[in-house]
Amino acid sequence: MKFDAPTPIRDAFGKALVELGASNPNVVALTADLADAIKVQWFADKYPDRFFQMGIAESDMICVAAGLAMTGKIPFATTFATFAAGLANMAVKIAVAYNEANVKIATSHGGVCVGADGATHQGIDDIALMRAIPGMTVVVPCDANEAYKATLAIAEYVGPVYFRLGRIPTPIVDDAPFTIGKARIVREGKDVAIIACGSMVATAMEAAVALEVKKIKTTVVNMHTVKPLDVKTLVDVAGRCGAVVVAEEHSIIGGLGSAVAEALAANKPVPIEFVGIRDVFGESGEPAEILKKYGLCASDIEAAAEKVLKRK
Amino acid sequence: MGQNENGAAAMATQIRRDVIRMISSVGSGHPGGALGAADILAALYSGGMRVKDANGKGRDRLVLSNGHICAAWYSALSLSGCIDRTELNGFRRLGSRLQGHPSRKHMKEWVETSTGPLGQGASVAHGIALGLRMNGSDAKVFTLVGDGEMQEGIVWEALMTAPQYKLGNVVLFVLWNGLQIDGTVENIKNLEPIADRLRAFGWDTIEIDGHDQKAIKSVLDRPRNATGKPTAVVARTIMSKGVSFMENDRKWHGTCPNKEQAEKALSELGAAGSFTDYPAVGGSK
Repeated sequence: MKFDAPTPIRDAFGKALVELGASNPNVVALTADLADAIKVQWFADKYPDRFFQMGIAESDMICVAAGLAMTGKIPFATTFATFAAGLANMAVKIAVAYNEANVKIATSHGGVCVGADGATHQGIDDIALMRAIPGMTVVVPCDANEAYKATLAIAEYVGPVYFRLGRIPTPIVDDAPFTIGKARIVREGKDVAIIACGSMVATAMEAAVALEVKKIKTTVVNMHTVKPLDVKTLVDVAGRCGAVVVAEEHSIIGGLGSAVAEALAANKPVPIEFVGIRDVFGESGEPAEILKKYGLCASDIEAAAEKVLKRK
Repeated sequence: MGQNENGAAAMATQIRRDVIRMISSVGSGHPGGALGAADILAALYSGGMRVKDANGKGRDRLVLSNGHICAAWYSALSLSGCIDRTELNGFRRLGSRLQGHPSRKHMKEWVETSTGPLGQGASVAHGIALGLRMNGSDAKVFTLVGDGEMQEGIVWEALMTAPQYKLGNVVLFVLWNGLQIDGTVENIKNLEPIADRLRAFGWDTIEIDGHDQKAIKSVLDRPRNATGKPTAVVARTIMSKGVSFMENDRKWHGTCPNKEQAEKALSELGAAGSFTDYPAVGGSK
């Protein structure tokens, strides 16, 4: 399946899950009263015997998913990012990760673009919480095409995966092959490297075009797998460009930015600037307004690039 | 007493001896609940459940949601030939499979799910039960929870799930000794009338004396509820049952008997002088 127009990433997930329903009888799906919000309803309609509505009980859903995995199933447990990572954290940590259970935790509403629901429904620390759990793979696809392929890939992979999806339509970056843990260079330039994940990949591409006008050549890396991080690609581009900007729709504490900083500090120290949410809670508003207020626009990446170049 | 019940009673005594030795020799652990659960574990592991795969029918699953009482369970595993008796020596020690709380990562063959954070096991058990049913297995899932454990919210989430999905293959033992670390269940956060609450949640609920082999066996022999209701067994037990000076005293939830106390306990359990069977390190911590 190929998407050309901007599409909500969760829609691509929903469609891929239906395909998995046909191709892999072990795939099952669970939700905590959010079947429509994360598009798992399409799977439920087609495969009702393999769908489990768990009600508003996220920890129970995660634990039941772990139990199903013990019997050979490949469960996709779905809810909002902040509920999976925060509310059900202990279940994810022990019942899924410590058990090495083959559970896929797929969430929508990662980041601040959740519509007008406000801070309680925005996932701004989910990557940090999931990344800190031993053995957890963390995947944040950048567009509908990648989300579709990644859904199929994580079903194939054996082990716990956190799969973070956004809510609003996201521009299509491209239609390249997807491999867990293999970062994708979507644009090459010698001056500065922008490392991004999720919706911020398209924003980084927009910033790169603006920087080009200012004669600044930009590399853009789609770091769709935050863990395990593709350190080799990261060190390569950091070495070539000598300056790095990290962009994510997440707190600058503990997410992709922290992962990149940890890896570069140990392997290739270069100046880094961080574009993300600055240790504050979000609020209600239209996505475009929120992105602007919290510094998550192409212009913010552009400014960060110019700043980091001065530190080279 | 029938033959099985005699076998179970003997196994229960041996479990109690092992619990005292294991915990005392390593110098830490949770003897109170472990001694209290010995009779139920013995009933399960001496014929009450299908411990191992038989004729391709698959084994019944035991989920020890109150994972801290695992000394008794490890003993039951060793007495039913699942693990080697000598492994008990490693309990709670570096490099051993017998972790302080059951770890699937360390012992995939027998630990259906890692437990420790209370309540999670009960919830995972229902996922296992669902999966077994989907796979066409007739295996049962036995879950053990402590009474204080039921103060965890996830337990009540799980209590709603099993009746909703008609998990007639689930048998939940609520080990009720009325005590928890900081005091009595009644004073800390009351859960009575627990049987009524379980019934109200849709469970086929029975109350028994958790030390009466005949009563335990009658529960294990019951056919599945025809309507698919899960079974809950409120098993009234005595903390540290079998060791007079430890019984009904909450300090033994997580306190280790010192060498002298261990010798005394073993003597009461008909195994005087057997403490040195295990490497004596540590003591009361």
